[in-house]
Amino acid sequence: MAEITLDKVTKRFPDGTEAVKQLDLDIADGEFLILVGPSGCGKSTALRMIAGLEDISDGELRIGENVVNGKAPKDRDIAMVFQNYALYPHMTVRENMAFPLKMAKVEQSKIDEMVENAAQILDLTEHLDRKPSNLSGGQRQRVAMGRAIVREPKAFLMDEPLSNLDAKLRVQMRAEVSRIQNRLETTTVYVTHDQTEAMTLGDRVAVMRKGELQQVGSPQELYDHPVNLFVAGFIGSPSMNFMPVEVSGRTAKLPFCEVEISEATVSSLESHSAQNLMAGVRPEHFEDAKLIGDQEGPRFEVEVSILESMGSELYVYFDTDAEVRAEQLDELAADTGGESASESGQIVARLDATSEAKRGERIELWMDPTKLHFFDLESGERVAAADEG
Amino acid sequence: MTEQRTAQERIIWLLGIVVVIFYALFPVLWIISLSLKTPATVTVTPNEGFWGTLVPSEATFKNYEALFTDGLDGPFLKPLINSIGIALIATVIAIVLASFAAYAIARLDFPGKTAVLGGALAIAMFPAISTVGPLFDMWRALGLYDTWAGLIIPYLSFSLPLAIYTLVAFFREIPWELEQAAQVDGATPFQAFRKVIVPLATPGMFTAAILVFIFAWNDFLFAISLTSSDASRTVPAALAFFTGDSQFTQPFANIAAAAVIVTIPIIIFVLIFQRRIVAGLTSGAVKG
Repeated sequence: MAEITLDKVTKRFPDGTEAVKQLDLDIADGEFLILVGPSGCGKSTALRMIAGLEDISDGELRIGENVVNGKAPKDRDIAMVFQNYALYPHMTVRENMAFPLKMAKVEQSKIDEMVENAAQILDLTEHLDRKPSNLSGGQRQRVAMGRAIVREPKAFLMDEPLSNLDAKLRVQMRAEVSRIQNRLETTTVYVTHDQTEAMTLGDRVAVMRKGELQQVGSPQELYDHPVNLFVAGFIGSPSMNFMPVEVSGRTAKLPFCEVEISEATVSSLESHSAQNLMAGVRPEHFEDAKLIGDQEGPRFEVEVSILESMGSELYVYFDTDAEVRAEQLDELAADTGGESASESGQIVARLDATSEAKRGERIELWMDPTKLHFFDLESGERVAAADEG
Repeated sequence: MTEQRTAQERIIWLLGIVVVIFYALFPVLWIISLSLKTPATVTVTPNEGFWGTLVPSEATFKNYEALFTDGLDGPFLKPLINSIGIALIATVIAIVLASFAAYAIARLDFPGKTAVLGGALAIAMFPAISTVGPLFDMWRALGLYDTWAGLIIPYLSFSLPLAIYTLVAFFREIPWELEQAAQVDGATPFQAFRKVIVPLATPGMFTAAILVFIFAWNDFLFAISLTSSDASRTVPAALAFFTGDSQFTQPFANIAAAAVIVTIPIIIFVLIFQRRIVAGLTSGAVKG
């Protein structure tokens, strides 16, 4: 077990592109850190540099006390779980799990004991003598985990380990990964593009974009206080609604309503002197006005254009004619392969399941005025939020 | 293709298969028949029609016995040993060298990679006959003439390109992640190669091995040009030196018997390895 420190770690490919730019990260001993971002953001490259599968062009990587830049993967004492499992197909499950121990020249009797132990933790005991080709996806995934945990390495590195599983199994394995990491308390770096995994698994989450670290913090921190449009749009599902906003005095004018903001918010907006502002509100900070009682906050009427019922909650979509474009949001949209909702002026609100919203009808909504975020349209930076001074 | 074939289709398939098998195996059948005939009946065509000619009127194993009568001094045994030795050594060396070369080509980016592959292909296409003259002179000067090494070296240079090409294709199929997994698991690059890549590439190695072995086993050109005695003469060349009972009789029956015997190792070789070749070992390596 050890802490991992990345000090201005940079990856430059021969053609000059920088996949990872000056990455600074301190991962504490026993911490579960998630590296998250859309595809091509450099998260996998960063992980592979920690593993030693990719050279570090610049900067310093320390595992424990030692600088390991020049060390081969085998000398770093780390274990990795690959996206495609990378099980050795010619070996049985037992041999697969024993492989790292054999390489470390552990005694055979000890190997047997350690493999049995790991198999028990992962519920693989009855499959030990089967070949990977005879296992289901979830079992293969567990074998890959087993091969990692069997020798108690300094750190686990996981590269989108759950992305090949179907949705149901993924949720199950997510809990499993969490349970194992809690039990072993081994430093873990976990790469994913799935923000749900990021939010549910990690002690801390590091969001990357185009090779640059955007923000590191606990899932709640990222959710409550995203530093820019990119993080705000990436974290949370459905993602935050973005819209143009005009501030005059203590009033923020949104496309569908006006919100009163605090003195503190106004002054922090002024201190940033941003030219164009953009506002962001999460879907869950809207509610059906009928259900909210007399809580403070703006109420407004909209026409429901799409209604999605999840059973436990309702998603209500309504259109505004105000469109906004921002570079960071376009990137996020490109990753999911569509245009962003804000581009089309569509807003989504999450309402309680008891709401009587109906498609095509008008409904009165309420918005939590303390959950409004303000972003600088040019830089994407968050310049103020209604809930902080 | 539907699962139920119509009767008509089946008959056409069956006919086709019979024709192909007959076409392919008839010469073999004929040479086996020849090898069992007595010298007197070999060239005689009795009035018994086609089948009478094919089935020897009096079968004898004398021709086979004659091949081995004088043991190592005889016309056949020493060349047979030469053939087996030379072909096996050439195969082993070719596979070891080819797997290193193919691994480098499949996995690494190095300057001149295309030149190496292109060069290998060029060598494979080079007419062998044009190298015989220079090799003869060189081997005489170097003392390699009429030695095992003198044959193994040209066999390597002509079979390596083929082996490299075959193995590159197989190595490319193996997910790179497996090797990285091995390295993270504590293996040196060579251990990863030996314990993970090689076992997975065995079908490819056996395919390449069969190709190299058959090439070396069947070669006549180099064998006849670069040898002068039983010290290194291989079977295909030795057959040309068989003598009949008198200088006017051709030893057809003996040659036929020898031809049958040299076919056997190839058949055994292919039968042993075909299961390994067919086995799809990579299944289950990654999701699939």
